[in-house]
Amino acid sequence: MKLASSSLDAAQSWWLLAAGGVALLPLAPYLPAWLIATAVAAMLLRAWLIRSRDPVPARWILSLTVVPAVIGVVTQYRTPFGQTPGVALLVILLALKQLESGDRRDAFVIILLCYFLLLSSLFYSQSIPSALGLVAALAVTTAALAAVSDSGQAPARLLRLAGLMLAQSLPLALLLFILFPRVAGPLWGLPRDAFGAQSGLSDMMAPGSIGSLALSDAMAFRAKFDGPLPRRDQLYWRGPVLTLFDGTVWRPSSFGLARRLPYAPPLPSTRYEVTLEPHNRPWLFALDFPTDLPPGALMASDYQLLSTSPVTERRRYEVRSQTNLVPGAGESPHVLRLATTLPPGNPRTRALAQTWRSARRGDVAILAQALAFFKGQHLAYTLEPPPLGADGVDEFLFQTRRGFCEHFASAFVFAIRAAGVPARVVTGYQGGELNAIDGYLEVRQSDAHAWAEVWLAGRGWVRIDPTAASYPQRIDRNLAAAMPAGEPLPLLLRPDWAWLRDMRQRWDAVTNRWNQWVLGYNPQRQRDLLGRLGMKSPDWRSMAWTLAASSSLVLAALSGWALYRRRRLDPAQRQWLRMTARLARRGLPQRPWEGATDYARRVGALRPDLAHVLAEIADLYTCIRYGRGDAAVLANLCSRVAAFRP
Amino acid sequence: MKPAAALRERFANWALRGRPPEPVPIRLTQRRVYVLPTRAGLAFAAALLVMLLASINYSLSLGHALVFLLAGLGVVAIVHTFRNLVGLSVATGRADPVFAGDTAHFALLLQAEGERRRIRVLVPGISRTEVDIAAGATRETLVGLPATRRGWFALPRVTLETSYPLGLVRGWSYVAPAMHCLVYPRPADHAPPLPGAAGIAGGRLRDSRGSDDFAGLRGHQPADPPRHVAWKTAARLDSSAPLMTKQFAGAGSETVWVDWDAVPGAPDGEARLSILARWLLDAAGRGEAWGLRLPGTTLPPAAGEGHLHACLKALALHEAG
Repeated sequence: MKLASSSLDAAQSWWLLAAGGVALLPLAPYLPAWLIATAVAAMLLRAWLIRSRDPVPARWILSLTVVPAVIGVVTQYRTPFGQTPGVALLVILLALKQLESGDRRDAFVIILLCYFLLLSSLFYSQSIPSALGLVAALAVTTAALAAVSDSGQAPARLLRLAGLMLAQSLPLALLLFILFPRVAGPLWGLPRDAFGAQSGLSDMMAPGSIGSLALSDAMAFRAKFDGPLPRRDQLYWRGPVLTLFDGTVWRPSSFGLARRLPYAPPLPSTRYEVTLEPHNRPWLFALDFPTDLPPGALMASDYQLLSTSPVTERRRYEVRSQTNLVPGAGESPHVLRLATTLPPGNPRTRALAQTWRSARRGDVAILAQALAFFKGQHLAYTLEPPPLGADGVDEFLFQTRRGFCEHFASAFVFAIRAAGVPARVVTGYQGGELNAIDGYLEVRQSDAHAWAEVWLAGRGWVRIDPTAASYPQRIDRNLAAAMPAGEPLPLLLRPDWAWLRDMRQRWDAVTNRWNQWVLGYNPQRQRDLLGRLGMKSPDWRSMAWTLAASSSLVLAALSGWALYRRRRLDPAQRQWLRMTARLARRGLPQRPWEGATDYARRVGALRPDLAHVLAEIADLYTCIRYGRGDAAVLANLCSRVAAFRP
Repeated sequence: MKPAAALRERFANWALRGRPPEPVPIRLTQRRVYVLPTRAGLAFAAALLVMLLASINYSLSLGHALVFLLAGLGVVAIVHTFRNLVGLSVATGRADPVFAGDTAHFALLLQAEGERRRIRVLVPGISRTEVDIAAGATRETLVGLPATRRGWFALPRVTLETSYPLGLVRGWSYVAPAMHCLVYPRPADHAPPLPGAAGIAGGRLRDSRGSDDFAGLRGHQPADPPRHVAWKTAARLDSSAPLMTKQFAGAGSETVWVDWDAVPGAPDGEARLSILARWLLDAAGRGEAWGLRLPGTTLPPAAGEGHLHACLKALALHEAG
């Protein structure tokens, strides 16, 4: 009798297909369509082969199929290395292995591939729904593994077994998650494509570049303030500063970097913690202007807070800011020269600026005139501005008069420069929404904003928000308030969807918890948590000890479960034992060799008062155990025993 | 013997600790169930290590969680495998006598306490059986081993192993229940004709008819074949009357003796026993009474299955000089 390992039966093959399917599902949105189609086709072919009981294709055919698939991946990504190409190759391997699968070894390889694919799906999403999906996929994969080593089991039983095993492994997993000494990654270089394009600000600004973000509900960062929230019109989160203008596109100029602040930090300041979503850029966001630098941060000479490396994972930092600060009184002439340089074009705006300049009443007066002009021009704030031609600023200010904040900022800075005052565009986020559930200020991509900074001699860089000048609601409340009715808006910003917003806030609070405690559980968090749980100096050694001790407890509990077996008694027997236990307490135990009737007779002789009821109970019991007793008889027995008081 | 096999043998001997043969039923307690990862389990662990490194490298917190959950699953698999074997009871069933050269079947009764078990019963390198035992049920499994030598064949150490439920962990236990199978000498393929009967030329041709001539009645004995019972007589008589057995006298009605000393050429012990075994089968095939004479043992003439087995047993256990 040989081990029945050689070939898999149909049920096992179906299980392997199911495992492959659930492993592939979460990856589907992130891989090229042709790849997914190929994998699905291979698995459908396999399903058909199982149904028709046809043999799997010869190995050499499969080997020939691998070649074009690998070439396809390499052509798609221009390299076989890297994160997404690696995942793509794994998918191909899984799909073709399904077609090949013949014996238990192949099956086991498929299951391991599924585990790897499930892990790789986390490259793309680690949200709560993904985690729930992962657990479900894990149950299916584990049931498939059980099916491979034990054929002929009903699917429901296998799933129940997998569920039981996963539930039992939960305590251990939790202990490991909390206590396993965390190491800050990466251990080796990450492939360049490790973090795909994430939506967010860019380091250039063209008409429409910020407007495209305005419809995105994606979270940019969350901030938790120690004290009260600063006024809304102070909530300017500084991003890239753009000085160079070519007539259409604004770009940053070169800047210096320093590990200390280029201005004297005054006191007092507002303290807050920012949890920044990864955006694959080195920018850190802080309120204008930070008064200290978080660890690992640098400050650019244009006051932008920068990280030493791109933010590729969710990052927490604490920072203080003073919102009334005006830095840069002693700005270098080079920077000021760049901040007054203009490309040719836009003659009407230039002429207008010249009239402000020729009034010779100083820069502040020019500024006031410019703002008054912007207000008087009745510019419309819209997410759908008409396209602009070569003289974009002129067209916006005098013809179309419709634009989003980048049009306002761009035109304003252009006009001010044309009047000879140094100015630049600052991009970033403005405002945010306070989550009433957990008190975090949530700043989304739709809060992206552009404003202007004007350099005034003797004072420094003063923030001017031309959008606010025309549309104060944008700043005081939010985008929705500033938009005329009927403009497209992010769903959650629409005023008539308040209940949805409430739900969204709750969900965001949960997500934030998840981000902070599950996804953001890094070495720092681990030390904090263990310290708070009373562990003094939580280093890896004490963590290992605690882990060993607590997991032995879990193991002991599991072993207890393994050894403990419930005695399976039938209901009648249970009733009988209840009664004999009561009699045993009165010194009349049933002897091991004594049958029910004999026992009843013997005790009846010793206790004539009980003789009658005992005989009845013994009759009922023997009737159920040895005769034909139905539910009514059992109920009768139950009531007799319940009433039995020796 | 390869070092690994030698090590395994030493471990098995240590595990049984001079216990064999053990009285049945043997209950597998936690002290005699061993678990180790299978090759698949080692591959699983290696894969987890790779996944952990990837999770650290890419700072995938949920990846850590996945790896830890799978690690927990591996540990739980150990417990499940262990649980699948612990509490199993092994009792012995029948082991019918066989001739040397045939396969001896030892019946083991496995009783699952609590829940369903899935077990492999094996004697390494020789026999391997998968048994599926429902919760609370008792299943009989046959361990087939080639019987090579006549005499009492003791069931060697049996390994009960399981890799249920995930195949990542192998749990096993050794049992050596006291169980023996009687192995008769292998009947010689080319034996000289049975003496006694051989006195009549072509005696074999008449064998089947030899029992046709009715010779008389005698008192019934339980070992008599039912077709020899005088049913007609019994029907005529009162039901309380004892049954009678018809006796027949064929041409070879004289008692045949299967005699140690009658083997021509006096070959050495085993060959001679082999010939005797063939003769016994021949004699039994004739349906007549026969006796067996061995040095030191004599079985008086009788007929029937029971007598045949008694004679073969005498051969099997004969201390060949």
